[in-house]
Amino acid sequence: MSNKTTKGRRDFMGMALGGFTALGGLGALYAMKRTWDPLPSVKAAGFTTIDLKDAPENVLITEKWRGKPIFVLKQSKEMMAKTTEKTKKRLIQIGDAHYMVSVGLCTHLGCIPGYNPEKESFLCACHGGTYDATADVTKAPPPRGLDIPPFKIDGTKLVLGETGPEYEKMLADGTTLAV
Amino acid sequence: MAHFEKANSIGEWLDQRLAVETLKRVLQTEYWIPKNINFLWAMGMVLAATFGILLVSGIFLLMYYQPNVNSAFDSVNYTIMSEVGYGWLWRHIHGVGASIVFLIIYIHMFTGIYYGSYKKGRELIWLSGMGLYVAFSAEAFSGYMLPWGQMSYWAGMVITNLFSGGSLHADGLVEWIRGDYVPGQAFLNRFFMLHVLLIPLAIIGLIVLHFGTLRIPHVNNQDGEEIDFDEAAKLYKEGKVKESKVIPFSPVFLSKDVLVMGVYFILFFYLVFYHFEFAMDPVNFDPANGLKTPTHIYPEWYFLWSYEVLRPFSTNIGLIAFAIAQVIFFLLPFLDKSPNVAPASRRGLFKFWFWAMLIDMLVLTFMGKLPPEGIWSVIGLVAALVFFALWIALPIITAKEKKL
Ligand code: HEM
Ligand code: FES
Repeated sequence: MSNKTTKGRRDFMGMALGGFTALGGLGALYAMKRTWDPLPSVKAAGFTTIDLKDAPENVLITEKWRGKPIFVLKQSKEMMAKTTEKTKKRLIQIGDAHYMVSVGLCTHLGCIPGYNPEKESFLCACHGGTYDATADVTKAPPPRGLDIPPFKIDGTKLVLGETGPEYEKMLADGTTLAV
Repeated sequence: MAHFEKANSIGEWLDQRLAVETLKRVLQTEYWIPKNINFLWAMGMVLAATFGILLVSGIFLLMYYQPNVNSAFDSVNYTIMSEVGYGWLWRHIHGVGASIVFLIIYIHMFTGIYYGSYKKGRELIWLSGMGLYVAFSAEAFSGYMLPWGQMSYWAGMVITNLFSGGSLHADGLVEWIRGDYVPGQAFLNRFFMLHVLLIPLAIIGLIVLHFGTLRIPHVNNQDGEEIDFDEAAKLYKEGKVKESKVIPFSPVFLSKDVLVMGVYFILFFYLVFYHFEFAMDPVNFDPANGLKTPTHIYPEWYFLWSYEVLRPFSTNIGLIAFAIAQVIFFLLPFLDKSPNVAPASRRGLFKFWFWAMLIDMLVLTFMGKLPPEGIWSVIGLVAALVFFALWIALPIITAKEKKL
């Protein structure tokens, strides 16, 4: 056999081996990525129902949804007077009552802001961000108000994790981001 | 089969099969170290020894630690601390070691910066060293998750949230890293894997690489002098030990290293036995609670400077600043345009750059610990801006530097 054909055969075998190895490598990477994914059981445990009927005004209630704290704050008359066109959109109306319902994790890096009922505002101790009673941001570093979880109104109850028309409206007009 | 003579000693027997004599020569007796250095050159071996101590104490902690969200906290704070015989010792060694190792790393880094030990053939030493810095940071962070206390949980929450990339809203990426919406079982388990296997393996590999990159350029010296190692070695081997500028790494230099290590370990064990509490955050003695943030979340002291670079800005700018601060030191050999390898004190403006950088990082560190309010916020912001201004100034002032 001449040198040339050996070289051709070597190159071919090299490329064939390289190709299959690359394919296997990609497959392995995909398997590794999938192994790091959240488990289906984690993804599925995602619905919480809260009843807003007995919520008192200006008292922060904390519920839990997908391991995250959920803030519920019934607005008083005085608080409603302070809202603007924009911040009012953040509230959920049931009958005559207005509720702030949001994920209680700072939109900066995820600490839980504390509520001060006298000042009717939230302070995030981590990096000093503040929010008003509708959980809209009033001082950076947080880039936006607290996110509102997907909800569906069912009488005086809210089902968190399900998407109702009121929530879709909030998403559409940019009042909240999808969580 | 290769031909083997009968060996007359165990040494010879090993040499025939493993070339141990050659290895010893290359790595020890004829690996030349300049005489003109000081105790700061012992920090590398101090680091290697500290890593060894972390490894041994870690192995014993591993015997009782349970990576489970329900039992992790008690397995550390109850089982290891009060049931296991001398369990407290391993934990205090491990905690103190993890903190002190960063102090030594910073001294080691700033020694290199001061003497210009990152240029002219020594770039890879610097780059592999920065690789070690990043790997140790990841190791310390993942270890900090394990006791599953309040600081573990909330530091885990805040740091993984960095990966959402601010306005990019890569929440999917954050959930992927955590394996859950919030830090939970999947999160603890995977950080446990990283902490006890993958990152330590990477660290060992990087240490080998770091040592390898040293072999050809050799270590720098107090004057940045370019030594003719062949000539100096020849003198030494001829017995002209006084005239030669070098000594062999082992046993001569190592014995000096061991002296520094001796002093270091007296201090180290003084801390382990009498002042371990500085390495144990009191907040982390409360079990993790996803519905309650501690009043102040701050990282361990060695991450404070980069945390303070993040904090005074709005989310996006803060994240970009933080990302740059994490990698900028990698670029040092390429941003320093001066060919001079010399101590900073002889390098004109660079002297001021060096001290300004050191002091600025100390200020950032102190501010990072204080609550972000009033005057502290302002000082933090100024120090963060100075940090970037210094990096922008570096290529300019070093390009203008007079050649020595
Ligand atoms: C390479 C350097 C290492 C660093 C910087 C480091 C850092 C840390 C830190 C900061 C903690 C939390 C300390 C505490 O709260 O007590 C920790 C815990 C732990 N580490 Fe390491 N570690 C290192 C190496 C290792 C190795 C090699 C192993 C095992 C093979 C190990 C096993 C453990 C275990 C089981 C814990 C949990 C027990 C505890 O929290 O006391 N570590 N590590
Ligand atoms: S996490 Fe709230 S201000 Fe940073």
